[in-house]
Amino acid sequence: NGIYDEALSSFFRNVDTRGGGDGPGIYKGKICSLKARALLIDMEEGVVNEILQGPLRDVFDSKQLITDVSGSGNNWAVGHKLYGYQYRENIVEKLRKTAEHCDCLQCFFIIHSMGGGTGSGLGTFVLNVLEDEFPEVYRFVTSVYPSGEDDVITSPYNSVLAMKELNEHADCVLPIENESLFDIVNKIHQMISSGKLGSTVKQNSLVTSSAGGARTVQEKPFDAMNNIVANLLLNLTSSARFEGSLNMDLNEISMNLVPFPRLHYLVSSLTPLYTLADVNVPSRRLDQMFSDAFSRDHQLIQADPKHSLYLACALLVRGNVQVSDLRRNIERLKPSLHFVSWNQEGWKTGLCSVPPVGHSHSLLALANNTCVKPTFTELKDRFMKLYKKKAHLHHYLHIDGMEQSCFSEAISSLSDLIEEYNELDATKGGPRTDPSRLQIAA
Amino acid sequence: MSIVTVQLGQCGNQIGHEVFNAICSDIHGTHGLCSKKENESYRDACKERFFCEEESEVPIARAVLVDMEPKVISQTLSMAARSGYWKYDDRSRFCQKQGSGNNWANGYSVHGPRHKEVIMNLVQKEAEKCDRLGGFFTIMSMAGGTGSGLGAFVTQCLRDAFPTSFILNHVIWPYSTGEVIVQNYNSVLTLSHLYQSSDALLVHENDVIHKICAQLMNIKQMSFRDVNQVIAHQLGSVFQPTYTAEGGLHYSRNPLGDLMETLVPHPEFKMLGLRNIPQMPENSLAYSTFSWPGLIKHLRQMLIANAKMEEGIDWQVQPPRLGSSLPSSHSTNRPLHFNTSIANLVILRGKDTHSVDLGSFRDPSLYTSWLNPRDAFNAWKTPRAFNKYEKSAALVSNSQFLLKPLDNVVGKAWNMFASKAYIHQYTKFGIEEEDFLDSFTALEQVISSYTIL
Repeated sequence: NGIYDEALSSFFRNVDTRGGGDGPGIYKGKICSLKARALLIDMEEGVVNEILQGPLRDVFDSKQLITDVSGSGNNWAVGHKLYGYQYRENIVEKLRKTAEHCDCLQCFFIIHSMGGGTGSGLGTFVLNVLEDEFPEVYRFVTSVYPSGEDDVITSPYNSVLAMKELNEHADCVLPIENESLFDIVNKIHQMISSGKLGSTVKQNSLVTSSAGGARTVQEKPFDAMNNIVANLLLNLTSSARFEGSLNMDLNEISMNLVPFPRLHYLVSSLTPLYTLADVNVPSRRLDQMFSDAFSRDHQLIQADPKHSLYLACALLVRGNVQVSDLRRNIERLKPSLHFVSWNQEGWKTGLCSVPPVGHSHSLLALANNTCVKPTFTELKDRFMKLYKKKAHLHHYLHIDGMEQSCFSEAISSLSDLIEEYNELDATKGGPRTDPSRLQIAA
Repeated sequence: MSIVTVQLGQCGNQIGHEVFNAICSDIHGTHGLCSKKENESYRDACKERFFCEEESEVPIARAVLVDMEPKVISQTLSMAARSGYWKYDDRSRFCQKQGSGNNWANGYSVHGPRHKEVIMNLVQKEAEKCDRLGGFFTIMSMAGGTGSGLGAFVTQCLRDAFPTSFILNHVIWPYSTGEVIVQNYNSVLTLSHLYQSSDALLVHENDVIHKICAQLMNIKQMSFRDVNQVIAHQLGSVFQPTYTAEGGLHYSRNPLGDLMETLVPHPEFKMLGLRNIPQMPENSLAYSTFSWPGLIKHLRQMLIANAKMEEGIDWQVQPPRLGSSLPSSHSTNRPLHFNTSIANLVILRGKDTHSVDLGSFRDPSLYTSWLNPRDAFNAWKTPRAFNKYEKSAALVSNSQFLLKPLDNVVGKAWNMFASKAYIHQYTKFGIEEEDFLDSFTALEQVISSYTIL
């Protein structure tokens, strides 16, 4: 019964399947059959098969899959060099096909994890392919970073090898840590079960729920955590899909938040985590939403932006929030935040009129902040622990195309990146005094 | 004579829509407070200036809508059509899908040349619809990518294609605490380029209008729509028909030309500021009465003390005594806060405008010494009240109004430039460091010129 509109068209095609099979695209009017503009890649079949048997089976085009059977054995080299080489042509062809269906292709979202073999290795291979084949299209990468207690022993190797690729070929990276997602899920459970102040939480407003979407009978263990990431991507693209008084497109995010090409890692936070069922939302609650966005426990990685240095910050607000609310909160929060000397007022703001399902308003904050550094230094430490002992190295080196230099270059790339953040922290980004202005002869 | 409006980017289109709304609602209002004949004259002059009446039922705005993404233009077109009083020409629009990414270089070097022909064709068509073309009015923000970059490019094209027409750029100065992180770069590039092709830049600062909305209009939860409506009201108070000469028999037919003639005697000085008095919520109007002497006194002090609105004016600031004659290049005898003018234009609308004493604005101590004070000051009037205000006065000033904001923007941009932050985003699209330096130099020159007035 729905209408296929611009908002839907950003993520889906509308296909006429009445004649059976994949018919021509319908550009306006009623929804016939929605097909996701997506490519699903996995070197083992379990996960993809589950998706294709689940409630979203019609949304994913079976021709947009690339799978294999044996997996990548948690080995970046297998994913990147072996499967990359093997599947390159197939990948390019399918990408071209899906790009052709777009009127105007603005951006690729790559969603993967860093610690394994396929997402990490083949994923970063695809990143390279995208840069070669579609150099003008933005590459946004959502990467799940492994935690210290990750049960994949080689995850530091895989992550560092992948980091080099992200450093060099991604436009923007949104790092995510499972630990943070887990903490957020717990926080919500506590809130619901405590029944605090007798107020009840609106079920479909949880940032962990796939509100309004297809519901599975049983939720899988990672579903709640993954939904947070899904909501992140929804909020990120909301201004591109819906109207608002101050639009914020994806290319604007890259433009404003990436002052130097390699410093493109953005810490994200989503608020509110839930909406209470009370109808009236006084503006104090609205202000609370802004405060929460900067608190440590709302960030999607283990980081504390408030106590580190901001290079730039973006606030994308959705719903019934006006420019005066935005300004008031920026003025209020500014004094407690540290900005780099050449960007003292470095705020990028967006206002989208349409709130997420179940909420009256929401906020996505993206920070280019030196608080990402610990994530990287810990990764480097874990890598070095293994590398010094040459542990498991042979599994990588015997893959065609892998050499010791791949490792040394990768760790070097990561070290350089960490050094750039160190430099910023030390100098706060600039000289002691303002640079003198050009003198004009009167 | 007619004015063709070019609405550029999200800001330009949102404001443009409010401007035509304000103008239309003014001429349909019943609060003209003047004779029927006068009212009809006013309405006809306004319609000729801003609207085209073809065979359609409602007047069609003389405007070209340009944006690099489709959402805002669709909204603008449909909102206008829904008003029932006026609409845009559906064909007078150009949009793309991608947006400019807040990147001036993208707007100027990529979108500009790529779409020049199509956009200029639309402008040509609108120009041809005018019996007599009075000039162009472009509306844009400096902070983003389309209004700023593409806007600068289009202004250049307008100058090339219509070398003898007047071009007035309406420029929105963004909030100083950032809407866009690279706004200072975009602003510097925009202003320096506009200075070369435009006849004058009429500036509105978001910070100022925001204060007006909060303090004068009492708007608690302020939206961009509120801000834009105040801007539209101020613009309407300048551009609605007036008599430019004492005892004039017809409404002036050349508003842009007249504006340039009175306010821009020298091409180095193109920055115009706008003040409007009174400004208050509609529901307070009925309970307020105004006297011309009071309004004029406030407006003059707003000019002298560089006050942004009629509250919080610094009454201590006074013009220097003319006896102590030091050459004007040494501004040491001028009190620090005093706002020196090159030229001023006061526009009076409503009851008893014929009897208003504007002598205080002719005081030579307000002005630099180049122009005869008689030439430095002009007044336009009409007995026809504007937008429900029984009496209203607008001031368009070529003075040091914008010196501080300009200096701030250049300072911040320079600070960022020294660290080379974000430069790679511009060089990617063909704007190099030398281009930045050229722009900085040009604006430092403008700052210097206005400082030593």
